[in-house]
Amino acid sequence: MTPDRIRREVSAWLEANWRVDRPLIEWREILLEGGWAAPHWPEEWYGRGFTLDQTMVVAEVFREKDVVPAAQVGPRGLASETILACGSDDQKRRFLRPILTGEHTWCQLFSEPGSGSDLAGLSTRAELEDGKWIINGQKVWNTSAHHADFGLLVARTDRDVPKHQGISYFLLDMRQPGVEARPLRQMNGHQSFNEVFMTNAVVLPEDLIGGEGNGWHVAKTTLSFERRGFSRRVRGSSLDGPKQGPIYAEYEEELRIATEPYTWYPQREGRVDLVLPRARETGAINDPATRQEIAKLICLHTGARLASDSAEARRKAGATEIIPAGSIGKLAASVIARQASHVHTMISGADAMLSGPDSAADGIVAEVLVSVPAISIAGGTDEIQRNIISERVLGMPKGYRADQGPFRDIKRNA
Amino acid sequence: MQTEFSNEQQLLRDVVARALRDKSPPAAVREWMATDRGYDAAVWRELGGDAGLAGIHVPEACGGAGGGPVELGIVAEEMGRTLFCGPFFASAVMAGNALIEAAEESARAELLPGVASGSVTGTLVLDDLDSPSGVGGSVRATDRGRLSGTAAMVVDAHVADLFVVVARASAGLGLYAVESGAEGLEIEPRQVVDLTRKLSRVTFADVAGRAIGEVDGETLDRLWDLMSSALAHEMIGCARRLFETTVNYTKERFQFGRPIGSFQALKHRCADLLLEIEIARALTHHSARCLAAGEGEPYAASMAKAAAADACMSAARAGIQLRGGIGFTWENDTHLWFKRAKGSEVLLGTPAIHRERMMTMLEGAA
Ligand SMILES: Cc1cc2nc3c(=O)[nH]c(=O)nc-3n(C[C@H](O)[C@H](O)[C@H](O)COP(=O)(O)OP(=O)(O)OC[C@H]3O[C@@H](n4cnc5c(N)ncnc54)[C@H](O)[C@@H]3O)c2cc1C
Repeated sequence: MTPDRIRREVSAWLEANWRVDRPLIEWREILLEGGWAAPHWPEEWYGRGFTLDQTMVVAEVFREKDVVPAAQVGPRGLASETILACGSDDQKRRFLRPILTGEHTWCQLFSEPGSGSDLAGLSTRAELEDGKWIINGQKVWNTSAHHADFGLLVARTDRDVPKHQGISYFLLDMRQPGVEARPLRQMNGHQSFNEVFMTNAVVLPEDLIGGEGNGWHVAKTTLSFERRGFSRRVRGSSLDGPKQGPIYAEYEEELRIATEPYTWYPQREGRVDLVLPRARETGAINDPATRQEIAKLICLHTGARLASDSAEARRKAGATEIIPAGSIGKLAASVIARQASHVHTMISGADAMLSGPDSAADGIVAEVLVSVPAISIAGGTDEIQRNIISERVLGMPKGYRADQGPFRDIKRNA
Repeated sequence: MQTEFSNEQQLLRDVVARALRDKSPPAAVREWMATDRGYDAAVWRELGGDAGLAGIHVPEACGGAGGGPVELGIVAEEMGRTLFCGPFFASAVMAGNALIEAAEESARAELLPGVASGSVTGTLVLDDLDSPSGVGGSVRATDRGRLSGTAAMVVDAHVADLFVVVARASAGLGLYAVESGAEGLEIEPRQVVDLTRKLSRVTFADVAGRAIGEVDGETLDRLWDLMSSALAHEMIGCARRLFETTVNYTKERFQFGRPIGSFQALKHRCADLLLEIEIARALTHHSARCLAAGEGEPYAASMAKAAAADACMSAARAGIQLRGGIGFTWENDTHLWFKRAKGSEVLLGTPAIHRERMMTMLEGAA
């Protein structure tokens, strides 16, 4: 379908259906039925099989007409993409809809105190008792877990096989007595992530996704979506300016809660957009050494965008380089963020000792300096991305491993 | 503006790559670089002339193939990959672009066909190879076109038939044509680090030049951009060749009972290098598209030149380091690419100069 045709169709449909006095969920139900909630999804599942570019046209029309879109902020996207790729029809039927309407929020329960980079070394247990999975163990660094309805959980179902084979992937109901999320305070003062304790938590058999022992494969699907998200920019699509109408109030409230853990995310990317204005404002723009570093940043930022656009174009043309492109993009995002933080420091000079409203750009610069360290850890560290790139893109030989054989015999953290 | 290569451009790349693999293997490069001339005239006639590479970017009306900066870049990239020895850079990239951009209609019609067909080898005389702002500091022209002064380094001057000269006259910078053998023209080959690109000192002692155009600041900047973009392409080809051979080497060389490519210190260095090269490559291809379309960032070529030079030198350093002792020998080929990388890094402005040029375009002078 051509962009013009899409534009006409979606406009006509909105003309007939969009009203600001509907309750939020009711509107989203209509949106779903109309097939405009997630146009890039397959036709059987609320979508139209659109390309990313076609989907952008739809999003553009929504923005122009101030129309509230389907829910999209936070780890919801990881859940829906994982369920679409690996879930059963029954799971798709039960979970996709409330993700789009915004009724359910999600979190990712992967990392544990004993295993982060080595995700496959996880030790949370899932045991089948009386036809139900009983979960015991602890997760950590789980963004948004404190207000999530469901969690993407990986747990060990077999300790007697090699570690990658004994993992299963569950869709965990967070609203049950056996699950407790405790917020953790980060070095930048925010509390986005949590530790999550599971004590005899229950998962019904129909909420195992991808089959028993097949969790590692499903987890890799989630991770590849996550990495690609780092190279593009995932943002809550707040509408421009205040809007009149009951649905907007409900939508803004949803966004406020859902995006609260992410207010610092632009800062962890380095806020490249603030570099030139700050350099002009402080006069640092006339310092030859600072100019060199700004120029390097602009080259990195522009070049990484061009490289990722062209990888995306090649991918659409049928090239199969999804995972490496994600890893390269994620590593690029780290390099850019570090260079931006370095440049912000040069520009601020001694003022970089200050923080909060009393400091540069209402505290934003200070927040950049203490948030950038997260980008090279979250979603798989830089070192792990380098391993992936060197092994899968460059075909360099794997190092020798000390973690083969049955999981129960592998040396682990106490 | 283009964002991807067209099928035709892809085809051009494949054809050029195949021809160069065939005609310009490392053994031939070694043989040619050890001669005074520096290349094989027959091979250059075949590739530059018969295959049309010398005029790939020259308008069809002037005897060329009618391509532009993108096609020129593709050829330069493949030549950098194989370290092709021949007057492509001097004649096509430097003299050719100078004539296209700055010569008057009649001079273009007269001089370009020879350059485009490869029958005439041209070069461009610039008395400053660091930055456009320094050009015209030494070579002067009288109102009657008599040239005096020295250009310390002129690419392939020792084989040039046609010298296209940028000189300062009372009215400003002008473009002049001088034929080889002109009275008062002296050419002294210089000792160079990169034997695959020959440089000579060119001295004009009251040489009769023909005024063929004016070179205002904007024209000189565009010419500098075109040359910098082509050179960036050459460096990307050079960098990728260095990178690929180095990664392959780490898979074959064993120490401590395992391939050295299984050591994480080397893997991570290679992953970082890939990222640096990919970013520089994207900027480089972008620069040619911007120049072709006359759109995009005005400083696109400087971004490309700075990033490609840094990436190419990173690849060159890793190329030696990851080979260990053998990498430091004359016998191993890596140093040939290392030296080309070093030369290209500083030709037409170091990365620092290009970054400052970029900032000046973006924000004004400091
Ligand atoms: C802001 C933030 C949000 C996060 N959100 C979530 C979330 O929502 N859900 C979730 O499950 N997790 C989340 N994480 C966790 C994150 O995925 C892990 O922190 C990360 O994978 C690293 O694991 P780790 O903390 O255990 O460190 P470790 O794995 O112990 O790593 C410590 C150091 O060792 C290095 N290292 C480890 N293995 C190797 C190797 N093979 N080669 C070379 N170096 C190695 C690492 O690179 C690192 O430098 C979040 C983290 C952050 C910072």
